[in-house]
Amino acid sequence: MPDDLVIARPEGLYCPPGDFYIDPWRPVARAVITHAHSDHARIGHAHYLAHTDSAGTLRTRLGNDIALQTLGYGEAIEHHGVRVSLHPAGHVLGSAQVRLEHGGRVWVASGDYKTEPDGTCAPFEPVPCDTFITESTFGLPIYRWPTQGALFAEIDAWWRGNAEAGRASVLFCYAFGKAQRILHGVDASIGPVVVHGAVEPLNAVYRAAGVALPNTLRVTDPGIDAALLKRALVLAPPSAQGTPWMRRFGNYADAFASGWMQLRGTRRRRGVDRGFVMSDHADWPGLQQAIAGTGASRVFVTHGSVAVMVRWLTENGLEAQGFKTEYGDEDDQETPSPSGGRLGRGQAAPDAEADGGPHPSLPTEGEGATAP
Amino acid sequence: MKDFAALYRELDASTSSLAKQAALQRYLREADPVDAAWAVYFLAGGKPRQLVPNKLLRLLAQEAAGLPEWLFDESYEAVGDLAETIALLLPPPTEAHDLGLARWVEEHLLPLRDAGKSAPDELPARLRAQWRQLAAEERLVYFKLITGAFRVGVSKLQVTQALAAVGGIDPKRVAQRLMGYTHIGGRPRAEDYRALIAPESGAEQVQKTSGQPYPFFLAHAFNLPLEQFDAVLGPPADWIVEWKWDGIRAQLVKRAGAVWLWSRGEELVTERFPELAVLGEALPDGTVLDGEIAVWREDRVQPFAELQKRIGRKTLGAKLLREIPVVLLAYDILEWEGRDLRMLPQWERRALLDELVTRVQHPALLPSPMLTGIEWSDLARQREAARSMGVEGMMLKRRDAQYGVGRTKDVGVWWKWKIDPLSIDAVLIYAQRGHGRRASLYSDYTFAVWDGPPGQDDRKLVPFAKAYSGLTDAEMARVDAIIRKTTVESFGPVRSVEPTLVFELGFEGIARSARHKSGIAVRFPRMLRWREDKPVAEADTLQTLAALLPS
Repeated sequence: MPDDLVIARPEGLYCPPGDFYIDPWRPVARAVITHAHSDHARIGHAHYLAHTDSAGTLRTRLGNDIALQTLGYGEAIEHHGVRVSLHPAGHVLGSAQVRLEHGGRVWVASGDYKTEPDGTCAPFEPVPCDTFITESTFGLPIYRWPTQGALFAEIDAWWRGNAEAGRASVLFCYAFGKAQRILHGVDASIGPVVVHGAVEPLNAVYRAAGVALPNTLRVTDPGIDAALLKRALVLAPPSAQGTPWMRRFGNYADAFASGWMQLRGTRRRRGVDRGFVMSDHADWPGLQQAIAGTGASRVFVTHGSVAVMVRWLTENGLEAQGFKTEYGDEDDQETPSPSGGRLGRGQAAPDAEADGGPHPSLPTEGEGATAP
Repeated sequence: MKDFAALYRELDASTSSLAKQAALQRYLREADPVDAAWAVYFLAGGKPRQLVPNKLLRLLAQEAAGLPEWLFDESYEAVGDLAETIALLLPPPTEAHDLGLARWVEEHLLPLRDAGKSAPDELPARLRAQWRQLAAEERLVYFKLITGAFRVGVSKLQVTQALAAVGGIDPKRVAQRLMGYTHIGGRPRAEDYRALIAPESGAEQVQKTSGQPYPFFLAHAFNLPLEQFDAVLGPPADWIVEWKWDGIRAQLVKRAGAVWLWSRGEELVTERFPELAVLGEALPDGTVLDGEIAVWREDRVQPFAELQKRIGRKTLGAKLLREIPVVLLAYDILEWEGRDLRMLPQWERRALLDELVTRVQHPALLPSPMLTGIEWSDLARQREAARSMGVEGMMLKRRDAQYGVGRTKDVGVWWKWKIDPLSIDAVLIYAQRGHGRRASLYSDYTFAVWDGPPGQDDRKLVPFAKAYSGLTDAEMARVDAIIRKTTVESFGPVRSVEPTLVFELGFEGIARSARHKSGIAVRFPRMLRWREDKPVAEADTLQTLAALLPS
């Protein structure tokens, strides 16, 4: 519709009156960035606007010289008559929903979000609006997450069991967001925590933002020996699976933390001993609750189960349609996507041993390939 | 029920057979024998008759989850398993229970079948009352027992081994005792379980009456170029040469009036091949033959696919037995008149075998013919006929070889000299999601070849084979991503895609077929490799495929 505040263009989601884009995937003059995951924050834009807590990661990834303006949550600026403000999305540190107000209309673009608070970033806040642009990564009712408490009880029990049996506990997880969430949530009294070189720089960013993380070790630190590793929880990006870096852990137990682990098929395909159901994205009830919470009568659905969500929302009386985007899902980082390299692998991996290798992959359910 | 669900989860989660074995043994040691009896029944492949129609189950689950049918179907498609889908969709339990597996099966599950007949109106309420008590983990197992899709990556052999370890007895003995245990109407009791793991009785141990087979002697692959044969093997005269049959390796044991047929996996398959059981009865006591089970019709061996039709069947009707008759292609004799012959040289055993076959004169017992040649090149020429004969190549057995144990080479050696598979470059045109481990992933593909030569403008791609194996997980994920980006149309679970992907397909056999659009059927197609280097226009044609047909 001609009056829409956000429309889909080949470059990305575009706001015509404001003449800027939200998370564009091709280089543009002005980009509002919802969060620093690489499929949302890409290189080559002339101006960036993002949340204050995203500044560190964005600069590390995209270069110190990017033209970056930052806002706190709830703080607003006006651009060509469009009032722009950022609101917590609960996805990762600095993640924001973008609220646009113009000519009496209010639109909110969610970026990626998660409704359950996890203690490592500002919890999701429903923002009242007329039109809501929602992600749909886990847009099927089979996806219902365990509570934080139940999840960490499981991870702790697994770690404790391994430590008692003298086996390292290697937990594969995405380096930005999920790793810090695990660090924040586990019972660090069980044993030492070792992190892969791709994870530690992100820990520094979180610590700088005031998030409490336990002490973390690197395998190259002095005093690290085989006896210590046998009791350790090791956090590594999925790309480390099957690489020589893993050899030092000997006969270790491994696990994978991802929302996709909800399904038995994906768990088994992943080829690890355990799958922990843990996602930075909203589960099905979370998506429904978030959409209802905005009071929006119109909903655009992006990346994930677009067709399913559009049909479901339409049947429930909302005006829903899909937006085709090129966002992926960071749970899915090894799957080739048009976005090329993703954070966590390309970024800040000064660990010389952490070179790539044959990676098993996850399904691409989260990719924006399911056009309605 | 909780312990069994935990065992299921542990078996399912692990990729290591050692860990699975440990979990099985731990469960069996700790479980109440009443429950262990049922656990063994299910794990070893037992399936009660259908308890609840799947349709009703779907309907009730949909209703309980408050979902429209289409959304239930979408969920099912993503999960790939009905029991798991339902377990994921139902609202959380509102009650608790502390019943063991046996009581759940006997008091709750099995009565559902009769309830469905006598009081179908009450069935929904009964089911709801049952699943309300079960935690998510138990529900998966509960629904799997109902839908009959109880597979957990544990073979009957692994269960046999666990029982043997718990009882401290020979796994082959357990396999014998397990015969009939997983019968469809079976109601295993605690004493049945105890009998499985009891110490061997005196009668069981007497070789004369025992049904035990000998450990199979296994062959090694031989792939050297022909020029090196003389240097490595010596002259053909030192060898017994036979066709390598594409069937099921088996030992037929006849002792004390009873017959046992063992497959190479040390699995008892007597009940699946009644005609070989009849043959066994015609043999004198104290005889053990080694050979290959194969379908034999019109004086020749039939493709393995024919044999598969029989393996897959639960009940063997007279019609099936008539249409797909099997024989034992015997090539060795391991016991004669109660004496272990394995130390005799191959040629002596073979002579004895031939004598026996001639004497018995049974239509289901054929000697695997011996092939002769002065030079290896003579045999190589005969081997060229392997494909058209439906065999995999040749077996080379040293004339003086004893019958060893497993893959040993110290007392003699058997070589398998196999032919290369046929192959063709084909284009992926349809994709379908897989099941189980591959649910959510487009992993089952239909392949096509061109119906005209390159340059012909109006040529089309004609589908000719389906394949789903041969790719690594990483390759499959990449192919899956491409399929999603190049989808033309979706028909239910199937997508048609733009032809962009070329694969080298290998297959074991090829034949004309009126049932296939291409007019050709191939056997055991699988992906040998992804030809990322090859443009679609250079894929093979129907003509190249037809040229592979045996004349």
